[in-house]
Amino acid sequence: MSGIPHDHYEPKSSGAKWLHRRLPIVSLMHDTLTIPTPRNLNWMWIWGIVLAFCLVLQIVTGIILAMHYTPHVDLAFASIEHIMRNVNGGWAIRYIHMNGASLFFIAVYLHIFRGLYYGSYKAPREVTWIIGMLIYLMMMGTAFMGYVLPWGQMSFWGATVITGLFGAIPFVGDAIQTWLLGGPAVGNATLNRFLSLHFLLPFIITGLVIVHIWAFHTTGNNNPTGVEVRRTSRKEADSDTLPFWPYFVIKDFFALAVVLVGFFAVVGFMPNYLGHPDNYIEANPLATPAHIVPEWYFLPFYAILRAFTSDVWVVMFASWITGGIVDAKFFGVIAMFGAIAVMALVPWLDTSSVRSGRYRPLFKWWFWLLAVDFMVLMWAGARPAEPPYSTISLIGSAYWFAYFLVILPLLGIFEKPIPQPATIEEDFKEHYGKSGSKGDTAATPAE
Amino acid sequence: MFRKLALTALTAVALSGAPAFAAGEGHVENIRFSFDGPFGTFDQNQLQRGLQVFTEVCSACHGMRYVPIRSLSDPDGPGIPPDQVRAYIDQNFIEVWDADLRDYRTATPGDTFPANDAAGAPDLSMMAKARLGFHGPYGLALNNLVFGIGGPEYIASLLHGYTGEEVEQFGAVLYENTAFPSGLISMPPPLWEDAVEYNDGTPATVEQMAEDVAAYLMWAAEPNLMDRKRLGFTAVILLVILSTLLYLTNKRLWAPVRRAAKEQ
Repeated sequence: MSGIPHDHYEPKSSGAKWLHRRLPIVSLMHDTLTIPTPRNLNWMWIWGIVLAFCLVLQIVTGIILAMHYTPHVDLAFASIEHIMRNVNGGWAIRYIHMNGASLFFIAVYLHIFRGLYYGSYKAPREVTWIIGMLIYLMMMGTAFMGYVLPWGQMSFWGATVITGLFGAIPFVGDAIQTWLLGGPAVGNATLNRFLSLHFLLPFIITGLVIVHIWAFHTTGNNNPTGVEVRRTSRKEADSDTLPFWPYFVIKDFFALAVVLVGFFAVVGFMPNYLGHPDNYIEANPLATPAHIVPEWYFLPFYAILRAFTSDVWVVMFASWITGGIVDAKFFGVIAMFGAIAVMALVPWLDTSSVRSGRYRPLFKWWFWLLAVDFMVLMWAGARPAEPPYSTISLIGSAYWFAYFLVILPLLGIFEKPIPQPATIEEDFKEHYGKSGSKGDTAATPAE
Repeated sequence: MFRKLALTALTAVALSGAPAFAAGEGHVENIRFSFDGPFGTFDQNQLQRGLQVFTEVCSACHGMRYVPIRSLSDPDGPGIPPDQVRAYIDQNFIEVWDADLRDYRTATPGDTFPANDAAGAPDLSMMAKARLGFHGPYGLALNNLVFGIGGPEYIASLLHGYTGEEVEQFGAVLYENTAFPSGLISMPPPLWEDAVEYNDGTPATVEQMAEDVAAYLMWAAEPNLMDRKRLGFTAVILLVILSTLLYLTNKRLWAPVRRAAKEQ
């Protein structure tokens, strides 16, 4: 499928031949599982399998939770407690689902930042990247609506704040907000449609994941060197790659098992650490919590949303040039969605011809600063919207946009990359040739 | 520019933390509860004492509408035998609203504890999970990683955090409390020395009762706490074994590939 020469499935028995002529499904599965994979993949290439696992975990636990959940403003909160206290093992299913969302986002952020560092978004993998960004957006929508379902205080007020963002759109905002909520405020209609969409979106994500995998199986995997697999002869391709099964399946399963040790430690010993205590108080439209804080995985973008207040000069300028149509609130909404949009457009913003950050001495610094920036924004997003946090958020937001819109385009022109290995085989041999003696403790190629 | 930004951020962090930390957060002391940490379990005697404090003091104003009465028999919880649970219902005249009868009737173990909205006091079912006892530092939630969320600690600190000062605001009397976020709480001091008489002879000091009822409320909020920790241990142990096996499988699988790479 990837244009890398490799063995294809040959039906042997008459039954297999019969099926193959009618539906080549075994062939499809065989070619998918044995796809030639660069042999130098490091441990940052394991998050895909963790993400696939999370998707299945969330769908399975979610379907069970839906059997016991009641989507009604008067009953939803009580039905969650019913799950926690009366349903056999219900507490375990719910805690796994709750923390499964966090694991999902930890994995997706590491997966995205791996792509940003090793240039996995660059040609010819732009479509894989764009689909990945769509999956990420859908995940955010799903997680947001899922958080509303327990109908706690943070559910209600989080929903009020986030749907209020759409109200900031000039002229049509109020109408869109009412249409989204199914009424003038977050209420029973909102809760019902959020359950419906929370149930639907994971299946759309599943479809997109299949397309995501199809796309990178067409181009072949990226790898830590960013050097393409040689496709000219079977021998060269074999020197650069190993079949996905069993080499990478076993490696990924090992990594998944290690990740799950941490996950089940959280579920077993501190399942509410990543949640908010206010969500154990039933939603009350008359009592606003002191601080409305979204879940941790939204915080960086929440910080960007709040950073652009009306006293920031770009906001004043935007307001002046549009005759007041773009106010601070709408500007914040544009900035928040823009922050994700610039990330989605990175294949066309990065001008460097070198794919992997490993061979880009200047890029490395800016990349790691972006990673720090992401953490700082996450922290600032959880703090009250007041100085100095608003200033920190603003600096953080400015860097986020500067990285994608200024630094990456310019770096490609001014940076002098260091030499890359000619082939993946060379990189792999260098890794094991030099560090081979001490590398006996490491099971697989690791950085 | 990197250094400048980093310095700016660091300075901002250093300057910002202190005042924000001090503002609007009450003093909660870390109490060593028997259920702290991965190995912690509920102390059944303490839960029974806590139930007594809840029944004789708290339930006058507070409800506990999500906790089934039958769960008092839970061996991981207070562990009161079913016949004694029925006796407890009768002795305390626990009544629940029956929608079919359109009247109050005596509760059965299958009912939940009654709601109590009379005094406008919050329901206590999930109180121990609905309060953040520990904060920071600097909003990083690292303290929660060490001490836990701190719900029961908050409850206990609140119950013996009264200074004795009273303030009248807008016609209502508020009581100064060192643990309450705003410092002034509308709940009058609920506990006093020997407010209850413990069957097991434990001296009923205010601190003792506060800790007992906090432990009881933690159980009420998280009745499956011990089951949950058992699940945690089982899962972690099994996954460590699975990880080890997969590690060895992986090592063996890749050994020829790596050997070939080394030899050439």
